[in-house]
Parts: sequence; structure tokens; C-alpha cells
Amino acid sequence: MNSRTEHAPIIQMKDIEKHFGAVIALAGVSLEVYPGECHCLLGDNGAGKSTFIKTMSGVHKPTKGEIIFEGKPMNFDNPRDAMDAGIATVHQHLAMIPLMSVSRNFFMGNEPTKKIAGVPFFDREFADRITMEQMRKMGINLRGPDQAVGTLSGGERQTVAISRAVYFGAKVLILDEPTSALGVRQTSNVLATVDKVRKQGVAVVFITHNVRHALAVGDRFTVLNRGQTLGTAQRGQITPDELQDMMAGGQELAQLDDALGGTV
Amino acid sequence: MSDTANNDERIKEISSLRQFFMRPELGGMVGTVAVFTFFLLFAFDSGMFNSQGVLNWSIVSAQFMIIAVGACLLMIAGEFDLSVGSMIGFAGMMIAVFGVVLNWPIWIAILITFVICLALGALNGFIVIRTGLPSFIVTLAFLFILRGFTIYIPQTIERKTIIGGIRDAAEGDWLAPIFGGKIFGGVFQWLGDAGIIATFERGTRAGQPVVDGIPMLIVWAIILIIFGHVLLTRTRFGNWIFASGGDAEAARNSGVPVNRVKILMFMFTAFCACVFATCQVMEFGSAGADRGLLKEFEAIIAVVIGGALLTGGYGSVIGAALGALIFGVVQQGLFFAGVESSLFRVFLGVILLGAVILNTYIRRMITGER
Repeated sequence: MNSRTEHAPIIQMKDIEKHFGAVIALAGVSLEVYPGECHCLLGDNGAGKSTFIKTMSGVHKPTKGEIIFEGKPMNFDNPRDAMDAGIATVHQHLAMIPLMSVSRNFFMGNEPTKKIAGVPFFDREFADRITMEQMRKMGINLRGPDQAVGTLSGGERQTVAISRAVYFGAKVLILDEPTSALGVRQTSNVLATVDKVRKQGVAVVFITHNVRHALAVGDRFTVLNRGQTLGTAQRGQITPDELQDMMAGGQELAQLDDALGGTV
Repeated sequence: MSDTANNDERIKEISSLRQFFMRPELGGMVGTVAVFTFFLLFAFDSGMFNSQGVLNWSIVSAQFMIIAVGACLLMIAGEFDLSVGSMIGFAGMMIAVFGVVLNWPIWIAILITFVICLALGALNGFIVIRTGLPSFIVTLAFLFILRGFTIYIPQTIERKTIIGGIRDAAEGDWLAPIFGGKIFGGVFQWLGDAGIIATFERGTRAGQPVVDGIPMLIVWAIILIIFGHVLLTRTRFGNWIFASGGDAEAARNSGVPVNRVKILMFMFTAFCACVFATCQVMEFGSAGADRGLLKEFEAIIAVVIGGALLTGGYGSVIGAALGALIFGVVQQGLFFAGVESSLFRVFLGVILLGAVILNTYIRRMITGER
């Protein structure tokens, strides 16, 4: 942890405010992400998580505040700008096409070409080889690069999407609730992927409202509530209960928790 | 599958039978074998398989193939074009109007017609993209609009619905033989001389082979099939076609220019229709207002028999070509076998239903749905 803080943060969000008409979605949120860390962004529904990451990935422009990416102030006009700079978002709605093969999906929009007699052809051999390599790195056993994405489980699809983003040069990887619709084993696969990606030096912003998922891979935790930061905590400095309380805004949940026998 | 894949001991080998079943061309291949077996057994002596007979069903199949290639790529890109048949009639009529009525050189008439058809294809695509309406409604409108003009224009200027005299107008033209000519005449002459294929026994053409070359229509069909297949499976644009039809939103998120892909595919379909029309006009020497009727549905059926999904994102040009071959062979084969020709429609309906059910099943296998 200490070694990490010696580096400069790859992206800094300073006092980000976002207003939609009369609604203040974000009221001054600050956050720093370092290369190679997994920064968990927690918060209940409506806390402003989505708005915040959309600001980070160029979908929304902040009303106030500053985004500093690799030491320079950044102004993304659209998601494409952010993507080109190296900020990739893996959405819950994945950019994957079930009927197409894994390798065709992996290189969709970025197809490698090979010139034969001056005509650029899709270099399938290269695409297949890279896809197999990358998938093996992430621990997914494909029958072959021509296996359809539709045959993969939800967790495996997330992993394909994540490794695709990393392969195409993502420096900051934003994962929008990657585990929310997954079963136990698939979730652990995705969390393992996040861990592998982090070790490659990619900064991961992991959005979730599941404290256990966050604690499994997170280095630091920022909790959002009603458009504000409730602080950032380091790994080991906070207990799951404290995190849970912060997310829900305290009291009510404590009572509910008692009633439910600690199962929330 | 690459070598690295084969060397990985963790990968479970998929049964080759199952893999075979997952090919989109499966239905087309099975159907082709079945159809040929049937006619070889029941119509072998009818002349269906001598040189003339083969040419006969080859030409009909090639016609289907030309429009099926366009319809196939468009369907994989997630759209339909119901205006193909009307486009065929319209294009033929335009060539006749420019080349015969206005007496322009035929090559200019053909080129201008191609430009008009490509523009109409682009317009179809543009409207679909801009309005977000289903392409089936937009092109249905063009089915009627184009057919209406195809009847109105010759009626108004010539007071008839068939314009002839194109063969005379095309005499000596450099572009017309590319659509109406024949190739390999020498080979067929040699085959005739060698007694391998039938020759005329008397009359002015005595000694010449009955089949004196391969019509350009068939050459066009083969070129378009190869072009379509290579484009779809071997180029990055092909990947974009699959992606646009598979999930347009996901494709856009990944940076695929979905709108451009779809509009270009509408234009390609129009191009194929125009090739069909030009070949037909050159062959008949006339343009008729009723040409190309129902061709759009026949093209779509051929594509579906070829394994493409109606919902887009999956299919094969080779499959569509086999679907077209099945069509041509059955349509002409029923004639050779002396079966009432109206039964062809019954056959069409039955095989369409069968193909769609088979495709749905194959799709489940691919995507692992239960």
C-alpha cells in the first residue's frame, strides 16, 4: 500500500459536482485512483455512483470540478475521447454479441488486418491466437476461438469484456456492478479477473453495492451517499459492518440488521 | 481452430458431429443432396441432366443466387429488403427507357440505371436508419412505389407495358456483353465436336453444340457469391456486418459504424437486383413491367434455407447460394419430371417452414440456450 502512494495517481477527480436541472446528483465528490489499485466505489441505489463514473468516462460533463488524468486536466467531450485516452468502461449491458465467436467479439471494432495482394483481410489467425492467449491468461478455457459468446456464462462474458478492454490499452478500467447479476462461483471468477488485471498495473474502479465483493478485492474504498463522499478508507482500516453502515446511512440499517439476524 | 488451441490439454474436444450441426450451411447442404438424389432417381431420363437441362436449371438457380447474395448479407446485417422484386422490374424498365425510347447508347443506359438503383438502395437504408422504423415496412413501401413507376412510365410514354428492341440497341455495345454475353464458347464447341455434349443435327447451326457457352448471368452469380463470402468471413467489414445484425447497440459501443454498414448493405442488395435486371433484359431483349414479381420473397426464402437467422447476426453466403440452387433445381426439376408446376409453391412453403424450425434449433445449440 505504501509503495503505491509513492506513485502519482493516474486519475484525480476533484470536487466534482453534477447538477441535472434542480437536482444535485453529485455535490463535490473527490477521488484518486492509482495505477495497480482496485478502488471500490460503494453506495446504495441513487447515491450517485452511476453519475460519477459517467462523468469519469466522458458521458457527462461535470457542472463543477476538475478531472486530472495522468497529471493533465482533462475535458472529455464524449466517451470515445475517454476511451482513446485509456479510460474503458465495462457496462452491465456488455458490448458482446452472443451469436458471434469469442475472437470475433474480442476484436469487434478493432479488427486486425493482413494485406494480401494489397487488399486488407481480417487476420483471423492473429485474432484467434491473441484471443486464446488472453483468455488463458484470465483462466478461461475456451473450446476454441470460434466458440460463440452465447455459450459462455455471465461471469465468463464479463471476463472477456474486461480482458478485451485491457488488451486494447485501458489504463483505467471502470467496472459498473460487474457482479450484481452473477452467482457465487461466477462472481469469484470475475473478482479473480479483477485481481489479475490490477496486478498488470491497471487502475480498476469497481462499482458495487455488495460489501463482501468489495472487501474481497478492494485496496481502498470510497463510499458515496446522497451525492457526497463519506470518506475513503484503506484496506484493513475498516470492517464490513462499518462499510455497510456508511453505505446505508447508518441507523435504520442497524435496526434492520438486528431484525434480520445479521444477514444483510 | 489454431494450433495453440489444439495443444491445450484443458480444452474439451467438441464432437465433430455437433460442430458439423452448427454450420449455418447445414440445411442448404442437406437440402441440396436430397434434391439432387430425388431428381436423379425420378427424372434422370427426362433430359434434366444433359447439357441443355443442366444449363436450364443452372440459369434459374443463378438468378436466385444473384439476389440471394444481396438479401443474405443484408439479413445478416439485421435488415430486410422487400423492394428487390420491384427494383428488378424498375431497373429493367429504366434501361429500356434510356436505351430504346431515348436512344442513348446502352452502356450509358446501364451505368445510369446502376447509379439510380444504388441511390434508391441508399435511400431505403437512410430512411430505415433515420426513422428507426423496421426495414420491412420501409421497403414494403418501396415495393409499391417502384412497381407503380415501373408500370406508369412505359404506359405514359409508349402506351404499353413491355418495351422491346433492346437487343438491337445493344448491338456492338461494349458493356452489354458483360451482362448478356456468353463465355467459353470454344470449350463447348470442342465438347460438341468430341461428342460429349449434344450438337444440332441439321439447320443453319448444324454441328454447333446445343449449349454454346456459359451465360454471363451464371458468371455474375459465381462472382457475387465469392465476393459476398470473402467479404463476410475474411474482412473486417464482414465482422461489422455480423456485429450490426447481432446487436446494433453493442456494436456501436465497440466502435462499429453500424449505420454505414447497414446503408452499404441496402446498396449492395440494390446492386444485386440491378445485375439481375440487366442480365434479364439483355437475355430477353425487352423490359416488362411485371418482371421480378415476388423475387424478394424467393430471395429471402433462399437465404433462410441457407441457414441465416431472420433476426440477423448469423448466416452464410454459401448457404444462401445452396438455398438458391435448391430452388432452381426444384422449380425446373418439377417441370422435367412432369409434375404440376403449382406444386412448386407448396414445396416452397413447406421447405421454408422446415428451414426456419431447423434454424431456430441450431441457434439454440450455438448460444447454449435451453
